[in-house]
Amino acid sequence: MQTYHLEDEWAILGDRTRRAIVEHLAEGPLAVRELADRLPVSRPAVSQHLKVLKDAGLVTERAVGARRIYRLDPAGVAALRDQLDTFWSRTLAGYGEVIDRSVEEAK
Amino acid sequence: MTKPTAPEVYRHIVVPASIEKAFAVFTERFGDFKPAEHNLLAVAIAETRFEPRVGGHIYDRGIDGSECRWARVLVYEPPTRLVFSWDIGPTWQLVVDPNNASEVEITFVAESPERTRVELIHRHIDRHGPGWEAVADGISGDAGWPLYLDRYAALFAEGS
Repeated sequence: MQTYHLEDEWAILGDRTRRAIVEHLAEGPLAVRELADRLPVSRPAVSQHLKVLKDAGLVTERAVGARRIYRLDPAGVAALRDQLDTFWSRTLAGYGEVIDRSVEEAK
Repeated sequence: MTKPTAPEVYRHIVVPASIEKAFAVFTERFGDFKPAEHNLLAVAIAETRFEPRVGGHIYDRGIDGSECRWARVLVYEPPTRLVFSWDIGPTWQLVVDPNNASEVEITFVAESPERTRVELIHRHIDRHGPGWEAVADGISGDAGWPLYLDRYAALFAEGS
């Protein structure tokens, strides 16, 4: 959790491979190998992306025998809320800058 | 019933501009301050437009001409109030059912002739929930599921 706490959640889902992983998991839980079979990336790469998604609270993992099964975190609404919170704080900060600039230009 | 996280986001900013200007900059220059990585298109965004009327959309147009209409303008009352839907679900896809969209309300309040407070509330974020949970596997044993299913059922009760 700590590692990625400061990272922008939008950037996490902005990555195409991570988005593809989330879309696949939206259809049901999958193991790393099953995800790698469905994506044009290697298993270690999938594992890396899954770690980021897990740290961001978007997916959970569960050991079933020797396999690790990943699924979307049912607390996804909370994750989405956090994404939107970040989105709006950035958007309003940008808005403030545009206002400042246009006020300067008007002087 | 206690909720782990309120399904709302509140934000505000005070800007050094008249209420008319604050409103105009928000709607006319939305694409200038929306974070660039917010993009559902397959290509880079050439332009983002906020259509200034009820029934209009906020949309991104890509450099190849493709378009993504990701919000519907529900209230347009210059210079004090805007409401638009948020049609993007948790998996970064456009929601199909408007009942699964959340909603953003922006209120402009003149604090002085040259100072405006802009208040934002993004509410009903849990409306995106049914889509999220319905696409996950339907196992019932996991912690959290009873809560989510209750909310899912409640949406039908109030929506019909």
